[in-house]
Amino acid sequence: MKATGFQALAVCLALAFSAACGGGGKSSSSSSSSPAPAQTITTSGPNVATIAVNGGPTGDSVDAAFTSVTVCVPGTSTCQTIDGVLVDTGSSGLRLLSSALTIALPQQNASDGNPVVECLPFVSGFTWGPVQTADVEIASEKASSAPIQVISDTDFAIPTACADRGTSEDTLSSLGANGIIGVGLSAQDCGDSCEVVETAPGTFNFYYECPSSTATCQPIGESLAQQVQNPVALFATDNNGVIVELPAVSGGEEPSVTGSLVFGIGTQSNNALGSATVYTADPTALNFTTKYNGTTYPDESFLDTGSNGYFFPSTITQCGSQAPGFYCPSTTMNFSATNLGMNGASGTVDFSVANALTLFEETPDFAFGDLGGTFSGGFDWGLPFFFGRNVFVAIQGQSAPGGTAPYWAY
Amino acid sequence: MFKAQSTSRRRLGPKPWPLLVIGSLFAMASLPAWAALGGDLSTVQADQVHMRGSLRTTVAAAYTVHEIESTSGVVVREYVSSAGKVFAIAWQGPWPPDMRQLLGSYFDPYIQAARARSGPGMARRPLMIEQPGLVVQVGGHPRSFVGRAYIPDQLPSNVTAEEIR
Repeated sequence: MKATGFQALAVCLALAFSAACGGGGKSSSSSSSSPAPAQTITTSGPNVATIAVNGGPTGDSVDAAFTSVTVCVPGTSTCQTIDGVLVDTGSSGLRLLSSALTIALPQQNASDGNPVVECLPFVSGFTWGPVQTADVEIASEKASSAPIQVISDTDFAIPTACADRGTSEDTLSSLGANGIIGVGLSAQDCGDSCEVVETAPGTFNFYYECPSSTATCQPIGESLAQQVQNPVALFATDNNGVIVELPAVSGGEEPSVTGSLVFGIGTQSNNALGSATVYTADPTALNFTTKYNGTTYPDESFLDTGSNGYFFPSTITQCGSQAPGFYCPSTTMNFSATNLGMNGASGTVDFSVANALTLFEETPDFAFGDLGGTFSGGFDWGLPFFFGRNVFVAIQGQSAPGGTAPYWAY
Repeated sequence: MFKAQSTSRRRLGPKPWPLLVIGSLFAMASLPAWAALGGDLSTVQADQVHMRGSLRTTVAAAYTVHEIESTSGVVVREYVSSAGKVFAIAWQGPWPPDMRQLLGSYFDPYIQAARARSGPGMARRPLMIEQPGLVVQVGGHPRSFVGRAYIPDQLPSNVTAEEIR
């Protein structure tokens, strides 16, 4: 069914007193008016890692998917498996809390021998800590000698330019995970703009060299190969992207759901693109376009397992201080929006938003199909979007079937 | 994304956004246009050089928007009331702006509030700070950030937070 967001909203408003706009609470459903083809979730194969939406290591993370990652001192059998690592299609690169890491990994050094340290900005804060090298193993895949970030505030002093962006996320409670495995659209976390030091006012540098734990760190240019890498891009095979496969959330909420992170697109018998529609992304901003409620949000929207809801501009009642920014409609509301790839592909997405505070009362549920909140940009299609559909994430610069990466397909 | 009306065509009367914009002027000159949240536009000429780039000024019914696009691609828009006060700031770019510079005296309360976040689902999501005297929202992902900050009780009448973007 094709309908503009405005039409869908009008229909929803017209039917506001019927079941069509949901009833709220436990009985609500996130079922779509245009059912997708039956979903097949791959559960076995050397390129399949299990992921779970289960509250994570803090025990209170809603709509966040976690997996286990093994890191090894490169070329050795000195390894550690770390669970509770957030699966994030909105960033690239493996980052582990120093406090979760018990093995010593080799430090990456700048040309003058000083340790390289990174400030990686996320929307919720930044991660600061040294760039170290590890063999990264997940499922039966291996990224050899991959630069990763070890998150720590105490190894090196945070530069002012980094601290002035927000708050540091160097603890389990502030990060919400033991680490983040960024399996997004790019092969490096920063890209071309970090190859040289930015000096213009208002610019920002990701990479620094730090002569000592207390000395002032200085920004440096960091080559693409030395930047923190999307580990998938370094796999020997299955290195052109991932598929996130999570089942639908029965009844709109469940204590947990389990799915798969499949490596490679069209490289094995279990990761074919099939009939999924390819939506290419802007290679710089890594966004595509969403139309909603009569407004087009050009190049401002993205698919992100690392966001725990549908975040979009709306005048829906917000929850207030108990859950700031989340939406708290009195009854579950249904919406429709249209995603447009840079390649001209378009498709309608139907989704629902329930009262977040009501959902959060449903302990011990951690998987919510209808969680949403406000965003002043375009559409942040967070984890609820991934429930019930397999989503392909093809890495920029890699060859992938069906279109030119970077792209999403679903 | 906020787009300025590019003509001088006038729209009269209270109309919903974006029709609220009743005209615009483009000023590439050195207007004193950079201030921190809550700051006074008339006293901030020293700040204008902090973020070099093209400057565009848009006049709406209830406020003026000063938009600066730096060479690095970060766009900052400051919403200035008729009384000359910066009541809101919005930004967009490949990385977050210098929040200390943008938020001024509101930076420390912002950091304290960001550190104090707790409860289900507060870690991995767009940042939402919502206090009686300050709202800060940051969304996006590495390589594409969008945010806004405003002082709720200083929003001009008939101006909604949704206009700030």
